[in-house]
Amino acid sequence: MTATTATETTEQVYVPATETIGAVLDPRERPARPSALSASLTFGWRAVLKIKHVPEQLFDVTAFPIMMTLMFTYLFGGALAGSTGEYLQFLLPGIMVQSVVMTTMYSGLAVNIDIAKGVFDRFKSLPIWRPAALVGNLLGDVLRYVLASLVITVVGLILGFRPGGGVMGVAAGIGLLVVFSFAFSWIWTMCGLYLRSEKSVMGVSMLVLFPLTFLSNIFVDPSTMPGWLQMFVEVNPITRLVAAVRSLMAGTPDMGELTWVFIATAALLAIFGPLTMRAYNRK
Amino acid sequence: MTDTAIETNGLVKVFGDNRAVDGLDLTVPAGAVFGVLGPNGAGKTTAVRMLATLLRPDGGAARVFGHDVVAEADAVRSLVGLTGQYASLDEDMTGRENLILIGRLLGFRTPAARARADELLEAFGLTAAAERQVKNYSGGMRRRLDISATLLNTPRLLFLDEPTTGLDPRSRNQVWDIVRAVVSYGTTVLLTTQYLDEADQLASRIAVIDHGKLIAEGTPGELKSSVGAGTVHVRLRDPGQRADAEKLLSAALGATATPDPDPRRVVVRVPGHGTEAGAAEDAARALSELAAAGIVIDDFSLGQPSLDEVFLALTDHPATPKETAA
Repeated sequence: MTATTATETTEQVYVPATETIGAVLDPRERPARPSALSASLTFGWRAVLKIKHVPEQLFDVTAFPIMMTLMFTYLFGGALAGSTGEYLQFLLPGIMVQSVVMTTMYSGLAVNIDIAKGVFDRFKSLPIWRPAALVGNLLGDVLRYVLASLVITVVGLILGFRPGGGVMGVAAGIGLLVVFSFAFSWIWTMCGLYLRSEKSVMGVSMLVLFPLTFLSNIFVDPSTMPGWLQMFVEVNPITRLVAAVRSLMAGTPDMGELTWVFIATAALLAIFGPLTMRAYNRK
Repeated sequence: MTDTAIETNGLVKVFGDNRAVDGLDLTVPAGAVFGVLGPNGAGKTTAVRMLATLLRPDGGAARVFGHDVVAEADAVRSLVGLTGQYASLDEDMTGRENLILIGRLLGFRTPAARARADELLEAFGLTAAAERQVKNYSGGMRRRLDISATLLNTPRLLFLDEPTTGLDPRSRNQVWDIVRAVVSYGTTVLLTTQYLDEADQLASRIAVIDHGKLIAEGTPGELKSSVGAGTVHVRLRDPGQRADAEKLLSAALGATATPDPDPRRVVVRVPGHGTEAGAAEDAARALSELAAAGIVIDDFSLGQPSLDEVFLALTDHPATPKETAA
């Protein structure tokens, strides 16, 4: 391996010199503690850098959504709406919600891996705003959500998606989805802190996300479902979110659904933010 | 300046039914290397994590430069740095990026954080590897980067938790040199280790802990004199001379020979005078007496007392590692 050879060459050269180490230890003015925002943004920068170094991790926000959109458009389009083009108008906002909401589970995975590797120990021993590391990770995730949404929009437009709300409508829909997903991610961040391994984080989030996204109004009109299932679909927060995003993209904002989504977002943050921080401080 | 860096009173941490730290009382003077010696599972890491505010104590109190580790955690965090047993680095990022990240989190603006990172990479011999991802670093380089990240904000107190465990001898010597340099510029270092040799090399005071309790504390010399300064091992050419050799050596060193299964080996504990030079002198004199008596030896060594011997002497039980993680 080339890395090993290079490593050994550098090792041989290094002899610690007291004066050089002393020079960097010279007591100098300590900078002021960074603000909560600045610390969070720094962690966001870290998340972006990690994407740069491990670009494969963007697979789940690029290839996966493209696959989902193509698969379900052509699988269900003819049967459910008579034509794939027509079905797409109905499906696209929903499949976007599904893809992005599915991506939220990676927030939990990232936290779990960070803890397993010990890098959080360093972050926790720094005098910074405590939630910054977690908020920063989620800021990086927000970037991924936006990317996934844009990918799906582009695929949709190519396939013939023509939203009535125009650019503004689509942008508003994406914005709402991203804000909700940011709040929703705190659930997985909390799981990432409590659960032992990344496998269990994955397992738990799949168990919740699959029924939540499939038993909703994403693929079909709930009125065709049996009564007991309709009841679940009606109270499923994803149904409300999809309805709100659809209404925005169609250019006919549904104030009722929007209000519901905003309240749910605030509630998620208010409940899972503090719970997550409690778990974080105990770790 | 306070003269005491760390003071703990009855510090306790319980994990389930394991009392990892069980009423620990420590006083660590400022400005020197303080060694915490103990086997795996003795509670060293748990104690350090409480002192670095990463774990909340279940009982007792601890103060770092006069600040309570629970009530004034932020004040403590701004004075201490911790390099743990496992590198707290981001494996996917480069060495330089890791340092810039920590620098920015400490409040340096980006250009200052960059300058500081380059300065540290230079001082720790990592400039050539600066743009490489940490996952491609060797164990020694990783440890140096980890220590340099901890030194970014020139902490007044540096915790090094088993800094040389798993390192090859050259990397271990580099870490030792770094510790000596750091402490010579006024930073207090608390170092945990499983090796008496390491504590002896670096620390001016050593605390021995076992099962979460302090069992001995003193200068390396004081500790060693409580267990003897070392052991003389001699390998004879002629096993027939063993009895004579044992008698001569015992008389010269003032101690009885330890029985050894090898008929050509003679093992004698050197009683301590508190200094290594003393032990070496005694051993040299004893050997010349062997030569004068016409006893030929093939091999000879003066061994340092091992951690096991220290434990045996202090606790009447050997340093058995507990299986629970510290």
